[in-house]
Amino acid sequence: MTAFILRRSLQSLIVLFVMSLLVFGGVNMVGDPVDMLISPEADQMEIDRVIRDLGLDRPVTEQYWYFLVNAFKGELGRSFIFGEPALKLIIQRMPATMELALFSLLLAVVFGIPLGVYAGLKPEGKLSRTIMAGSILGFSMPTFWVGILLIMFFSVNLGWFPSTGRGETATYFGMTSSIFTADGLSHLFLPAFNLALFKLSSVIRLARAGTREVILQDYIKFARAKGVQESRVIRVHLLKNIMIPIVTVIGLEFGSLIAFSTVTETVFAWPGMGKLIIDSIYNLDRPIIVAYLMIIVLIFVTLNLVVDILYSFLDPRVRIKGAK
Amino acid sequence: MSNVTDAKPQATAVPASGLKKFWADFSESRLALFALAVFSTILFIALFAPWISPTNPYDLGSVDIMNSRLPPGSEDFAGNVYWLGTDGAGRDMLSSIFYGLRVSLGVGAFSGIVAMAIGATIGLAAAYFGGRLETIIMRIVDIQLSFPSILMALIILAIFGKGVDKTIIALVLVQWAYYARTARASALVEKNKEYVEAAQCLALSDRRIILSHIMPNCLAPMIVVGTLQTAHAISLEATLSFLGLGLPITEPSLGLLIGNGFEYMYTGDFWISIFPGVALLITIVSINLVGDQLRDIFNPRLQK
Amino acid sequence: MKPILQIENLQTHFFTKAGVVKAVDGVSFDINAGEVVGLVGESGSGKSITGFSVMGLVDAPGKIVGGRIMFQGEDIAAMSPQQLQSLRGNRISMIFQDPMMTLNPVLRVETQMVEAIKAHDSMISKSEARARARDALGLVGISAPEERMRAYPHQFSGGMRQRVSIAIAMLNRPDLIIADEPTTALDVTIQGQVIHEMQRLCEVTKTALLWITHDLAVVAGIADRICVMYAGRVVEQGPIASTISQPLHPYTRGLMGSVPSQNRRGQPLQQIDGMVPSLLNLPSGCAFQNRCAMVSDKCLSEIPEPIDVGEQRLVRCVNVGQEPAS
Repeated sequence: MTAFILRRSLQSLIVLFVMSLLVFGGVNMVGDPVDMLISPEADQMEIDRVIRDLGLDRPVTEQYWYFLVNAFKGELGRSFIFGEPALKLIIQRMPATMELALFSLLLAVVFGIPLGVYAGLKPEGKLSRTIMAGSILGFSMPTFWVGILLIMFFSVNLGWFPSTGRGETATYFGMTSSIFTADGLSHLFLPAFNLALFKLSSVIRLARAGTREVILQDYIKFARAKGVQESRVIRVHLLKNIMIPIVTVIGLEFGSLIAFSTVTETVFAWPGMGKLIIDSIYNLDRPIIVAYLMIIVLIFVTLNLVVDILYSFLDPRVRIKGAK
Repeated sequence: MSNVTDAKPQATAVPASGLKKFWADFSESRLALFALAVFSTILFIALFAPWISPTNPYDLGSVDIMNSRLPPGSEDFAGNVYWLGTDGAGRDMLSSIFYGLRVSLGVGAFSGIVAMAIGATIGLAAAYFGGRLETIIMRIVDIQLSFPSILMALIILAIFGKGVDKTIIALVLVQWAYYARTARASALVEKNKEYVEAAQCLALSDRRIILSHIMPNCLAPMIVVGTLQTAHAISLEATLSFLGLGLPITEPSLGLLIGNGFEYMYTGDFWISIFPGVALLITIVSINLVGDQLRDIFNPRLQK
Repeated sequence: MKPILQIENLQTHFFTKAGVVKAVDGVSFDINAGEVVGLVGESGSGKSITGFSVMGLVDAPGKIVGGRIMFQGEDIAAMSPQQLQSLRGNRISMIFQDPMMTLNPVLRVETQMVEAIKAHDSMISKSEARARARDALGLVGISAPEERMRAYPHQFSGGMRQRVSIAIAMLNRPDLIIADEPTTALDVTIQGQVIHEMQRLCEVTKTALLWITHDLAVVAGIADRICVMYAGRVVEQGPIASTISQPLHPYTRGLMGSVPSQNRRGQPLQQIDGMVPSLLNLPSGCAFQNRCAMVSDKCLSEIPEPIDVGEQRLVRCVNVGQEPAS
């Protein structure tokens, strides 16, 4: 098991290295990195200073080395707009994005799995057909468009939920979050639902497909032949088997939740790192873009690693193979 | 192409004689037929927008700021009826949507075709030549596919800036990997069949074998992926334009129209962003339904 | 001896889009306590569906549409799902064909055994249930059961997994075990071991056994009585010795002829010509008519009723009593 984790970690490091090469290459390829990384308003002295700091006067290989060293030290440049280190700005916004993404994931799983399993158990039923039609719609509707509909309906017309901002936050156990206050929760609900909808559809589809396949297996029939209660057959025998693909996809899709939060955060003016990156693209605040890129690559690689390890815990067959 | 089909009657591609069966299979689902009819209508509107729109929304002479934000069904002093209302600048929403469909479909389809051409070439080459080239290509494809498309597109637009050409480049770069993967997968199956070996024995050029022997047999899965990807590209372009990062204001796609209407939402002028959104949704859903049906038809595992 | 299971005119039909498939159509036979009955037939003859009907485990679109399944005086076909569930794995158990597929791959063997005990005895303590499970594994010849219980199914070989299934089936001391081709998927040497094990256990525990198979040789070795099924009906049944030495129904005779045997070394094997008719539209009259050498006009018009030929033997053939043609 340890060998398996070590081997997978090494692979992740290699991907990280390759991605750092690509980001570095991208910045260098598109234009003069001096233009890319230094504010257009900077005077010559400032330019000289940054060129020295970033090692832009050295050969390319050496520059890459500096880029790596700086990235390790967490120095990915200063924001042109805020004048603060880009990394610090992103990390400040990260909790809001994580809170939104995690809550969405929770919604997608809590609603998606029961709906999908139901649709899989009774594929011909009216309710099942409705669920599946809904999931096709959820798949097709662009996130921003659903967000607009939600605002129009629940904020403007009904006035049930606020449409912008994060609301009041509170701090418990060293965590500052909106989920601890009623006001925060009411702000969180609409954007989280918006972000969750796409994932909800894919969880429903996965759960349904898994259910339809697993329910036909002999071991389900054998469990029934043992006289095991139907609820336990579903809860234990069925669910444990369909969870393997679902956990894999959910884990991998958590990254795409963070990516799509750029859209949701913009629609709902949610103060997370997604809105920050969109604003930075408008403002051509390149250090933030580069820093965001490196952070998101790190998140993705870590996620892939965690999912692989989780997968091996869930599926005993993989675990044994991995250990050998 | 006919000589290929003759040599290989069990091919999964659609030979001319199979068109009838193909149509029979397709029309088995009434939902898919309906979706196809809707999509054809949309396509017609997009193609002929300048001739069937009530007004030209971008002809400054015909737009009157006095008519701004009229609710649906309103009539102006000249007796023109605005069935879907007008936007903040007094443009007829119906006409804007017609023109918007033109832009959205155009950008989506064009980027799809380019991405398909690039992706298919790369995928076929990977499958045909194999070896290290294949490994490297598929590694890149895997890594790219593990990143969400919206993120890839944002990065590309962040680096290059906005514009029609940039948006199309972004959409192509996001999509090519899907086509490459599909093309390689089906080409790998074809490559090991005897007729390719026979062609190799005849010392036909690699290019000729790939293009006229392997590719026709990979068409079916490519069409399916192409349909679904085009819907995805349209959705993605709309998202990018809504965020203000995609198409410029001079090429108003549906996404841009929705974005423009967004600010009026809070004052209750819902139609400015809702109607373009409905048009976008119908477009995407109808393409997806057609694509789903195509996939079911071409899926050998589901064939009776 | 009083029968513990009496199947009377059982009809289990499948309502498919293409029409009604009469998988089981008028099956009747008894099983006495402690008796081993072999249910023999080709695939599609309805033998497995008969077994699943007794378990109350017929999947949609299948349904028991007629007849009675009397088990210890109660009709299984009329039971509620709750009653069926408390019966299954408790008074009647089942062993499946493919041991690779019957155990849940993601649950430990222990979990799958303990749940079978707890399903019928909610008061039992975890440690007591574990102890019973461990003893059951020991009984079917699994060494170091305490350790093996912690393992997952894929860590066992096929033969071992089937032993685990047998142990699970025997956990609650059932009165009847339905074994649906339990040795078909195993190697020949393992087959012998598993058959032997089953036979020994059922003798010791006085458990009745319904052994469903297409393999006449196996049935000849272990069964007290035999039922031969064809196209949803039992065409011949009787004590094993007399039925095998003097088969009366042409189909049974055909089956016997197609088994390789020491006595007929060198002679070509016989075969039954033709195919099993589609269950979707059986011919009127005897279902075996298209493959039968003795077919007469009577066979085409009427479905033969079971004829009692004495010695506890029943045959569904209009020609019975006449001398065989060959």
